[in-house]
Amino acid sequence: MTRYVIRRLLEAIPLLLIISILVFAMTNALPSGLMGAYESNPNITKEDLVRLQEQLGLNTPVHIKYMNWLNNVLHGDLGYSLVERRPVVDMIKERLPNTLYLGFTAFIVSLLIAIPLGILAAKKQYSIFDHIATTFAFMGQSIPIFWLGLLLIIVFNVYIKNPFTGKPLFPGGGMYTIGAPFSIPDRLWYLVLPVTMLALVQVAVYMRYLRSSMLDVIHQDYIRTARAKGLRENVVTNRHALKNALLPLVTIIGLEISALVVGAVFTETIFSWPGMGRLFVNSAALGDYNVLMAIIMLSAIFVIAFNLITDITYAFLDPRIQYQ
Amino acid sequence: MASQAETRPPAAVAASLAPPQAREYEGMLSMTWRHFRRHKMAVAGLVVLALIILMIVFAPLITPYDPNASNLKDQLQGPSISHIFGTNQLGQDLFTRVLYGGRISLTIAAAAVLLAIVIGTLVGAIAGYYSGITDNLLMRATDTMLAIPRLLILILLTQLLRDRQLLGMKSGSIVPIILVIGLLSWMGVARLVRAQFLSLKEKEFTEAARSSGAGSGRIIIRHLLPNAISPVIVAASLAVAAAIITESGLSYLGFGVQPPTATWGNMLKDGQSQMTYAPWVAVFPGLMIFITVIAINYIGDGLRDALDPRHVN
Repeated sequence: MTRYVIRRLLEAIPLLLIISILVFAMTNALPSGLMGAYESNPNITKEDLVRLQEQLGLNTPVHIKYMNWLNNVLHGDLGYSLVERRPVVDMIKERLPNTLYLGFTAFIVSLLIAIPLGILAAKKQYSIFDHIATTFAFMGQSIPIFWLGLLLIIVFNVYIKNPFTGKPLFPGGGMYTIGAPFSIPDRLWYLVLPVTMLALVQVAVYMRYLRSSMLDVIHQDYIRTARAKGLRENVVTNRHALKNALLPLVTIIGLEISALVVGAVFTETIFSWPGMGRLFVNSAALGDYNVLMAIIMLSAIFVIAFNLITDITYAFLDPRIQYQ
Repeated sequence: MASQAETRPPAAVAASLAPPQAREYEGMLSMTWRHFRRHKMAVAGLVVLALIILMIVFAPLITPYDPNASNLKDQLQGPSISHIFGTNQLGQDLFTRVLYGGRISLTIAAAAVLLAIVIGTLVGAIAGYYSGITDNLLMRATDTMLAIPRLLILILLTQLLRDRQLLGMKSGSIVPIILVIGLLSWMGVARLVRAQFLSLKEKEFTEAARSSGAGSGRIIIRHLLPNAISPVIVAASLAVAAAIITESGLSYLGFGVQPPTATWGNMLKDGQSQMTYAPWVAVFPGLMIFITVIAINYIGDGLRDALDPRHVN
């Protein structure tokens, strides 16, 4: 097992290098929105412009820029943001907690809803409940998530008002009331709509997976044996069936968690959530390549790491799986 | 079953034996259709999609308005008989824009998926057929593509292609979006085709073709591909639905097709800024995306069932 993990980690190094080269070439080819702003400024002369480009390192050949970047990154320096003029590390330290806070809340809420629904749909296959649940899951996978977000704002922010205060029922954006002292109810109030937006879609995915793996398990011989031994139905479902049915879900959960780092691009954009996804969208429009590089590499590292963690978890949960 | 048949008169037995025999020669197309028809939601999806496509194609006959003509005295009108989806801030009829926008959105999705299928099939076929180093290299490339966060690269590449106007593209062109979505969507198909090829090339009919002197190219095209096509068809139909969402998402974020050309995505973006006083501007384009995608997903589901080789005739 240890050898397997070491091999996988070693394999990740060339993969990350290739990704970084590809993405570096792309991000550096982006025209910097910043220079555009300077170019249109009449107070800045041509000479200043050249000097600025020199200062910002925009004229260095791309392969030398890449070697510099790589050298700095290996020493823990992600460079400066061209737009905000401060270290990228600081910006990420600010944004990442916000993104994880939203992502993990949505993730836990989704699992808490999806697991019982999935079990129930499988146990009552072809019942009305099952039909409603599978139709809901199908719709959840087909709905454009950004449209869902807009609908939530239209309904719960624009139309439905709080009957006591006359203000919108839920806020349409932000993380907390600006200027108000920190309070948990206020934070939760701001979480409701973005979490609902993310959870509606995730519940659909998890439920569909759990239902089908539950159906696979329920028809296995050992479940019949457990029933034949006279075990109560609850014990059969929760101890014997669910444990095995959750296995395939591990893969999906691993993928979802690794995607959390980048954040929910659409949710953060719609709800003006100061997270990684929104930072990426804004940086892409302005050509802020150090920020773009940092976010993409961080995300690639997480995808590779969670792939490995998922495989290890799998081997741990299912002794039939052996890695050499 | 057997005992039942024995008790029946000989004529009935002959009649009940006849249809299965006829079915043995049934073509792939009619067999698929026969199974597909049983999936009610898939048939409903097909009808809905056909209606949407007809409306989009014959848009000029259905609606009297010009999608891009602004009419300032009809600004931001709610849905009514003359404007069933209402109008936007320029007084443009939203139903008309949804139909014309559908042309762009569906064209992008279909073209991007076609590109993805061609690349994916090529990569998967070569990797699966030749195995060894070729397979290893191609699959490593596929894994690399899968480790890159897709949406982020989509954003980056569309921005890059548009700003640099690479390949002589004008800023309103839909080609960059087609290329970008296509180039980032082939990995699933490649894996599917490779898996099919790995098992098909060990089958007797491949051996027979090889021993009768067929070259690799002929074996791949005439013998392996036709047998590997079913899962690709299913994947393609689901990929069209995904591509519609991807395109509209990119346009919604401002990285896709730029206004004044209407697509479902940039209409949504347009509607977002007005949703507090004119929610219909955002609601209807999104509803069109939702209906189209769900219809295509149900069709894909039906195709998966219908093309399942485990069917017993």
